[in-house]
Amino acid sequence: MLSDQIKTRIDRELAKYPADQKQSAVMAALRFVQDEKGWISNDDMEDVAGYLGMPHMAVYEVATFYHMYNLKPMGKHTLTVCTNISCMLCGSSEVVDYLGKKLGIGLGEVTADGKFGLREGECFGACVDAPMFTINNKRLCGKLTNAKIDEILAELDKQ
Amino acid sequence: MNAPILLNTSHFDQPWTLENYLKVGGYQALRKVIENKMTADEIIAEVKASGLRGRGGAGFPTGLKWSFMPKNYNGVKYLVCNSDEGEPGTCKDRDILRYNPHSLIEGMAIAAYTMQVQTGYNYVHGEIYEAYERMEDACEEARKAGYLGNNIIGSGFSFDLHNHMGYGAYVCGEETALLESIEGKKGQPRFKPPFPANYGLYGKPTTINNTETFASIPYIIREGGKKFADMGVPNSGGVKLFSISGHVNNPGNFEVPLGTPFKKLLEMAGGVRNGNKLKAVIPGGSSMPVLPGEIMMDLNMDFDSIQKAGSYLGTGAVIVMDETTCMVKALERLSYFYFEESCGQCTPCREGTGWLYRIVHRIEKGEGRPEDLDLLADLCENIAGRTICALGDAAAWPVQGFLKHFRSEFEYHIEHKRCLV
Repeated sequence: MLSDQIKTRIDRELAKYPADQKQSAVMAALRFVQDEKGWISNDDMEDVAGYLGMPHMAVYEVATFYHMYNLKPMGKHTLTVCTNISCMLCGSSEVVDYLGKKLGIGLGEVTADGKFGLREGECFGACVDAPMFTINNKRLCGKLTNAKIDEILAELDKQ
Repeated sequence: MNAPILLNTSHFDQPWTLENYLKVGGYQALRKVIENKMTADEIIAEVKASGLRGRGGAGFPTGLKWSFMPKNYNGVKYLVCNSDEGEPGTCKDRDILRYNPHSLIEGMAIAAYTMQVQTGYNYVHGEIYEAYERMEDACEEARKAGYLGNNIIGSGFSFDLHNHMGYGAYVCGEETALLESIEGKKGQPRFKPPFPANYGLYGKPTTINNTETFASIPYIIREGGKKFADMGVPNSGGVKLFSISGHVNNPGNFEVPLGTPFKKLLEMAGGVRNGNKLKAVIPGGSSMPVLPGEIMMDLNMDFDSIQKAGSYLGTGAVIVMDETTCMVKALERLSYFYFEESCGQCTPCREGTGWLYRIVHRIEKGEGRPEDLDLLADLCENIAGRTICALGDAAAWPVQGFLKHFRSEFEYHIEHKRCLV
């Protein structure tokens, strides 16, 4: 079941597109599901399909094509580290190693308490702030150092 | 330095507000076209005179592109902005979205007026949520002030703009993949022709330009195309934002006239980090062939100069690598990216990008074979130019560039099973 909040948010997106092009809101709809639940299950995809009047398979295709959708449960705070060229030149592998050591998990994994998840991302389009990660695909933290990472993790841990 | 044109609100504490945009002549260009009842031909002539070439990487003349839209067509048409900035090294459009969103809105409104389009979409890269939010707010602000929506500043002309957020697919920066994505599908590029001007979003005539391209329009209309053109060099009119990342002391976006020497741009970015020696530069985003540092130091940043040297200006994303960089490792990462991002539609790209990555990966691991470099060259020839979109070329060009200029480093890796640097 899609919550009322998700439906309200989807409706706002639907207003952007022609009335006969409801499918255009599918990317946003999946994003809202993920915002609320942390990940998107097959049942969620079916609900989105029903709401937008499109085939379940067409929703599945979108959910599996775009990298930022979580198709399995991730952490409450999922950090996605960019490791592409500019970030690599500025030490993104050290960032991945440091996060891995501090959280005790590798890329694609979640801490046992479900608090933190770690993912690898492709270019965020913010290369002058390298190295960087995003938190739950929303907040972008750049020019990372170990001290800065410590600070961010401590802040998230309190939430 | 002259006052900035694209980031002309950057001296304010809150450069993104409508109030501040109006203080620097914002929306005067839109008023000018409306109050002077400028015709489409007059506006397009001004854009052509500006020498503006698409800032998304391909460098196609903007005025010419606008003239492709069918005239006397009474049906629905669309205008689309490509803010899906994911070409590694590139982050200039993000600063326009974050710091000068109204310049994009005004540029799009002028384009819409010219081509008589009533609806526009701005497709924002999924990873820069803050920029998407900023655009949503700016559109709302513009709507309330009468710069978007019905009957724009009393003209009888209506145009509304909506933001659509991507969610992590590099290929959606390709314009027809982007249209598919707005339609709520997998972002797989379409075969062309038909081109978007005839069959675009929802099958309707559509013009797609890059963020920086649109953001250049208000100045061109306000001050005249010639003034913009004269700031650059022949065939590369105007100013451009360059993103300088990698091994420099002060990475950032710098707005300079096209034709500015690379040496000067490097200085603006604080020079190579720790006073190290410059080894190599990718001058226009990760897909463009890499050039050795000593060649770059003699080049100017314009379309023709970079092309003569064997690469392309692309998006203007300058990735700087110093002497400590292992070129095999750098190429390995790039090849992984294209492998990861291939949409899977065309066999040469889907299969070829995997081959490229696996071969460069085994060379980097010290398991390369003497015949690997020829195999890579052969693969590139069988990918580039054989796919629906340019992602195939984008995967092949870096490999060709790295092998052309740094072949000995790859040979060393294969022979000694370790790194030269």
